[in-house]
Amino acid sequence: METYTALRQFADSWALAAMTIFFIGVVIFTFRPGSRRKADEAARIPLKDD
Amino acid sequence: MKFAAEIFGIGVFAFVALMGVAFAADDLFRQHMWVLLFTLAAFAVILMRRTSFAPAAPADPSAYMDEPIRYGAIATMFWGVVGFLIGVVVALQLAFPQLNLEPWFTFGRMRPLHTSAVIFAFGGNALIATSFYVVQRTSRARLFGGNLAWFVFWGYQLFIVMAATGYLLGITQSREYAEPEWYVDLWLTVVWVAYLAVFLGTILKRKEPHIYVANWFYLSFIVTIAMLHVVNNLAIPVSIVGVKSYSAFSGVQDALTQWWYGHNAVGFFLTAGFLGMMYYFVPKQAERPVYSYRLSIIHFWALIFLYIWAGPHHLHYTALPDWAQTLGMVFSVMLWMPSWGGMINGLMTLSGAWDKVRTDPVIRMMVAAIAFYGMATFEGPMMSIKAVNSLSHYTDWTIGHVHSGALGWNGLITFAALYYMVPKLWGRQRLYSLRLVSWHFWLAMLGIVVYAAVMWVSGIMQGLMWREYDAPTTWPARRAAPCSSPARW
Repeated sequence: METYTALRQFADSWALAAMTIFFIGVVIFTFRPGSRRKADEAARIPLKDD
Repeated sequence: MKFAAEIFGIGVFAFVALMGVAFAADDLFRQHMWVLLFTLAAFAVILMRRTSFAPAAPADPSAYMDEPIRYGAIATMFWGVVGFLIGVVVALQLAFPQLNLEPWFTFGRMRPLHTSAVIFAFGGNALIATSFYVVQRTSRARLFGGNLAWFVFWGYQLFIVMAATGYLLGITQSREYAEPEWYVDLWLTVVWVAYLAVFLGTILKRKEPHIYVANWFYLSFIVTIAMLHVVNNLAIPVSIVGVKSYSAFSGVQDALTQWWYGHNAVGFFLTAGFLGMMYYFVPKQAERPVYSYRLSIIHFWALIFLYIWAGPHHLHYTALPDWAQTLGMVFSVMLWMPSWGGMINGLMTLSGAWDKVRTDPVIRMMVAAIAFYGMATFEGPMMSIKAVNSLSHYTDWTIGHVHSGALGWNGLITFAALYYMVPKLWGRQRLYSLRLVSWHFWLAMLGIVVYAAVMWVSGIMQGLMWREYDAPTTWPARRAAPCSSPARW
């Protein structure tokens, strides 16, 4: 198989799946139980001092 | 001795420039090396006048390093005025062609001078200065690398001077937003790696356990711009002492590489970097934490994953394969979600404090900036839809779109950040005059809204008139067609 076709097939199969799964993982991790308190703490970082 | 290494280094660099003058393969390179030599010589003289032989007081490692940020704030204002003024000049050149003063001040040379001055000189200095300000305060650590931050600041100014003088001399590789030739690109790479080292080093030695979201946006901007810059500028110079180089790519691959770079300069330079500003300065000025920190994390990752694929929408109806055009369009439309998520997050930070929009003109400016972010990132995906693009592309509509994003979003959020930062940096209680901020706000608003509106009218009219006499199969030929405005995005 020529390089273009091989790369093209890899891009729209495994690479696409890997990125989609990573992104879904990020969303699940962000909304995991107990994340709200940690996020609220992190949001206050800039307000702590000058 | 203070500045000993710096003066020596600049001396060696100036000697290299002199050798460039002596052995130049073409006249343009010789002229450009003279510019470099005189710039470096002037800088060396200034440093020599400021040197001292008294032992230097050791820097307090617990204090923030703010002096390069003060210089950066002034440089941002200076290049802003220069860049906007050149914008007015090129606009006048379109209306009054006799203002094209040959050979240096013709539209073809002035237009990249305007785009680079506002994006890289004004925007770039704003990003470097605010990123240094934000990363120290959210990491609770002094900038990493000692004088490396100074190298980043002055090295970047040298890049701007070399790029700008090169354009006027007629030195260009004619890649949009990446016009500087190979030797200036190499210099920017060195400066950018130093910038990454300072920023990442500061994050690594942070005392705050969590890396605040503004730093994520800044870091993604620095890393992605490094990648884009290096790949887009892969080229073989004809001579090591000449200006001309040839791109490593050819044909449609070259076009796609250029727009992969070009659109992500918008996505990561003008969006991700300035969102870093939004996520720090809006909460600070409003004295409230960001509306939803978790939404900001989703905003970040969605933006990163989608933006990088949107470039092909600049090449609709060209030799680029249809599937690539469609890919660019689909990812552009998907960008609506993170864009509006981010806009909502920024605006809702003010929930419960909306009265400040009435009383605090700096907050008003931030709200307007975020609103323009939302509007420009709504209009952009819409224009990337092929059917809309067939009307809007190569017309003034594009230029109107760019300016509502650049002036409305980037400009206003930068000025709001400066209005917050400058009194803090110089240890003042308050701004000189809030009334003037109000005047600034309303004048800017009037100008931007009128600009966008008239360009819609003129752009849609151009598109409709084109449709009157040509068929979709000939649209690529519009690139060559005479047009009231040769600029395109």
